[in-house]
Formats: sequence, structure tokens, C-alpha cells
Amino acid sequence: MQTLEFQNIKKIERSATRKRIFFRWLLFLMLGLFALYYIAPLYVMIVTSLKTMEEIRQGNLMSLPGEIIFDSWKTAWSGRGGIDAGNVFLRPFFWNSLKMVVPAVAISTFFGAMNGYALTKWRFKGDNLLFLAFLFGCFIPYQAILLPMSRTLGILGISNSISGLVLVHTVYGLSFTTLFFRNYYISIPDEMIKAARIDGAGFFKIFFKVLLPISSPIIVVTVIWQFTNIWNDFLFGSSFSFGEAAPIQVALNNMVLTSTSVKEYNVDMAAAFIAGIPTLIVYVLAGKYFIRGLTAGSVKG
Amino acid sequence: MFYWLQKNLPKIVIAPSFAVILWFVYGFVLWTFYISLTKSKMLPRYEFWGINQHIRLWSNPRWFNAVENLIIFTVLFVIICLLIGIILSILLDQKIRAEGFLRTVYLYPMALSFIVTGTAWKWILNPTMGIEKLFTDWGFTNFTFDWLVNRDMSIYTIVIAAVWQSSGFVMALFLAGLRSIDDEIVKAAKIDGASLYSIYITIILPMMRPVFMSSIVILLHISIKSYDLVIALTAGGPGISSDMPAVFMTQMAFHRSQIGLASASAVMMFLTVLAIVVPYLYSELRRQDANS
Repeated sequence: MQTLEFQNIKKIERSATRKRIFFRWLLFLMLGLFALYYIAPLYVMIVTSLKTMEEIRQGNLMSLPGEIIFDSWKTAWSGRGGIDAGNVFLRPFFWNSLKMVVPAVAISTFFGAMNGYALTKWRFKGDNLLFLAFLFGCFIPYQAILLPMSRTLGILGISNSISGLVLVHTVYGLSFTTLFFRNYYISIPDEMIKAARIDGAGFFKIFFKVLLPISSPIIVVTVIWQFTNIWNDFLFGSSFSFGEAAPIQVALNNMVLTSTSVKEYNVDMAAAFIAGIPTLIVYVLAGKYFIRGLTAGSVKG
Repeated sequence: MFYWLQKNLPKIVIAPSFAVILWFVYGFVLWTFYISLTKSKMLPRYEFWGINQHIRLWSNPRWFNAVENLIIFTVLFVIICLLIGIILSILLDQKIRAEGFLRTVYLYPMALSFIVTGTAWKWILNPTMGIEKLFTDWGFTNFTFDWLVNRDMSIYTIVIAAVWQSSGFVMALFLAGLRSIDDEIVKAAKIDGASLYSIYITIILPMMRPVFMSSIVILLHISIKSYDLVIALTAGGPGISSDMPAVFMTQMAFHRSQIGLASASAVMMFLTVLAIVVPYLYSELRRQDANS
């Protein structure tokens, strides 16, 4: 009698574990399928960029190249050599983007840090309202400022130039950088500042000696956020620059659109990959900070 | 003098940034508003013309088409992203060993630009050599996939690429939300004999209301502003079948010399964003006040 009951329990237990193992497998299967879905386009991009056009025509999206050749990468990066009117390649535009990103990120991050510091550690009347005024800049659809911006750049004599784009990205980055630093500094206890003040330290001294040394996480978050956004920008780039001053995303789009004779998908994919590499590297190296920027920069008061 | 400077230094430090925001954000928005009330074509003209541009805008079939596309796109984009994001976050929340790696994989498209995404998907969705060829090679000889060049379907290709890019982000938001839920609640429900499925549906997801709210607002925001992806994937075509308000706006502003009409459309986009963001921020601030 007892043994029978015992066997029953064992049977139930065994079927429960079997069920659990089954669900575990199902779980991994689903997670794996989703992973394939996200990876597939990147795989297609890389594989296509390594094939010859002949292989592309004969094979399909997933088929591997016969031998790995980097010809289309070379073509995408530095052209085919020789003077060819329709020959767009990325190298000069890659440098354009770099020349645009570095100052824009540095300036907007610096002012964001200053603003965040002044707004949280030197409270004054109306500071919250001031912050809300900044915050508003995170949400406006840029279409609402495109036309006056383009006129302003014209008046300043910097339309269709890298400095013009630096100005635009700095200005519209300020809201985000201020938001990041403000939200970070507000969680730092005021006692630290008070102590320094009693010691006679002034506004800038406190910032550089007390706050800056503990700001590295938020600086990383802000720099990554700004870098990714400015590097990936297309709207400002395509509205305020053309020809030689264009940033890389604009050049990539032009490259894909202007096909001289035969569409070279391998070169297109190589170009897309080159345009995506810098932000991908940042993401792989500092994913944690990237996600923090995303969630903080998305919409948080 | 020195004392005054010392006392007002914080304000002096903020002043330049604030002036910049005042001019480049508020000033420019007001300028656009005003231009939408004038007869401006190629160059701005400042004589008041009433709401005629707005009437022109709303009687313009191309604008209507763009708004219709935006609605189709937004509904699908938001719903599918939410579904995928929630499913992924729940799956990942089951104490998976490779969680970090999988999360990285699901989220990496967010690091790419819409132009890169659009270029890649344009090739994948290529009507003859892309996904269609893949399936015919695999034995589905009757498989056709011409959405990219099909007027009735082109808008859905933008949904496909946009979901691929943004759904991982919703996953990240929900995963963060799930992690902040007290384990004890789940344990208690399990002891009461509730199945995992019903725990999620009846207890956990309702607790995620704030995450739902912010995800929806972010997704709406992305969809109203969508421009790059449309340009890279379909350029609004074939014809104007995948046109969107943001594309309409830049077309009118920079190619058709209709800056009055362009401003009117920009004002519409601006007001739509405002209608979404202001109530959200308001409730968000009130919630934070209530918590603190």
C-alpha cells in the first residue's frame, strides 16, 4: 500500500520535472529564435559585403561567400580610384562626422554638467521652472525648428559647413545633457557641497574638486548618448549640408541612392556597416552606459 | 561687486545655455508658428494671412495620405513593439544564464542609425534578390514578397524595420520594471497555487503601468518623428504610398518652396507631440511628488 503511494508520488514528481525541462527547452528555443531575428540583418549585411556581385546574383541572402574578399569594403571606403562623377565613397564623410561629433559632444557635455550643477547645488528661485524650460527641448519634433535654423545658419554664414552642424547639435543636445547631469547631481547629498563651502571653496572650485571626480559614470552616459545621437543623425545633416560638408549618414544614403550603372549591393552593405561600426563598438564596449542613457534620456522628469 | 558676482554666479553660468534654449527652441517654434500664418512660399513673408495655410494643408490629399500612413504605422509599431518587448522581458526574467549576452543581442539595433537599418532592410526586402529569393531557394517556389515596391504594402515594410530596431528597447524598459518588483509577491502567489502565466497576467503586468506609459510615450514620439527610416527604405514611395508627415514637411520646406505650408505641417506635428508629452510629464511629476 505504502509503496504504491510512494511510487505515485515519484511518478508525479518525475512528470513535473519532465514538464519543467520541457518548458526550459521551450524557453531557450524562443529566446534563440528571437536572437536569430535580431542577428539576421547584421549577418546578411556582413555576408553580402564579402561577396562578389556574381555570387550575390547566384546565391541568396543567407548563402556564404566562396572566398572572403574585402574589395567592396575598399570601394565603399575609398572609391575605385580614377575620376568618376558618380563615385561616392565614405572616407571624407567619415572624417566629417568625426570632426562634427567631437566638438559637439564636448561642448554640450560641458555646459550640461555646469547647468546640472548650478540647478541642483546652488538652488535659486525658479530653478525648477528653468529646468522644465530646458526639458521641453528634449521633446520638440525638430521639424518645428528646421526652417528658422536653416535661415539662421545662412545669416551666420555657416550653412553647409561642419561648424554649422556642430552648432546645431550642441544647441539641441543641451536639453539632454542638462537633464542627465541634473538628475545625477540631485541624488548627491548636499552635505558634501556644504562642507566644501564652509572651507571657503567657491562655485568652480567645488565643481572641479568635489563633483567632477565623482561624475565619471554620468559623463560616460552623456558622452555615449550624445555621440550615438549625433553620429546617427540624418535630419540635420541632410537639411543643413550637402556635397562635401555632409556627415556620414547623408553620404551613405546618397551612395545607396545614386547608382551609376549596376546596383552594387555588396558595396552598399559594406558602406552601411562602416557607417554603423563606431556606434556598434561603443555599444559593445559600454552597453551598460548606453542603456542607462536610453532609459534616462527617453522621457524622465 | 565681487559679492554680487559670487552670489549670482550659478545664474550667470546657466544664462548662456538658457538664452540659447530660449532662442533656438522657443523662439524658433514661435517663428514657425507665425510663418504658418503667412503666405510665405520660397522666402518668409510676414504679412498675416490667417489660418489659410492650415486650411490648405488639411485639404491637401498628400498630407491626408501622410497622416493616414502615420496612423497605420503608429498603431502597428506601438502594438508590435510592446508585444515583442513584453514577451522578451518575461522570457529573460526566468533566471537565464546567458541573459547578459541575449540582452546585448536584442538591443544592439538601437545603436545603429535609421539610415543603416533602412539600407540593410532595403536589401533584405529586395523584391527579386532578397527574402523572396531566399524562400524560393528553400523550396517555396511560389513565394513572392514585393512589399517594397507595392503601393498597398510599402508602409508595412517601414513597420518591419522600425520594429526590428526599437522593440529591444521596450524589452529593456520592461526588464528593468520587472526587476524592481518585489520577489515576495510572486512567491506568495505561487504558494497560493497560482500558475506562472496567471501571476504575470493578473499581478505583475498590472503593476507595470508606469512602464507601459513611458514605453508608449517613447514609441509614439519615435513614430511621429520618423523620417530617416522612410527616406532610407522607401523614400516615401512608390509614389507617395509610404509618405509620412515628417517627410512631407521637409519636402515642402526644401524642395517645393512652400515654407508656409511646411510650417503648418510642422505645427501639426509639434501640437501632436505636445498633446502626448505634456499630460505624461504632468502625471510623471505628480507621481514623483507623491512618492517623495
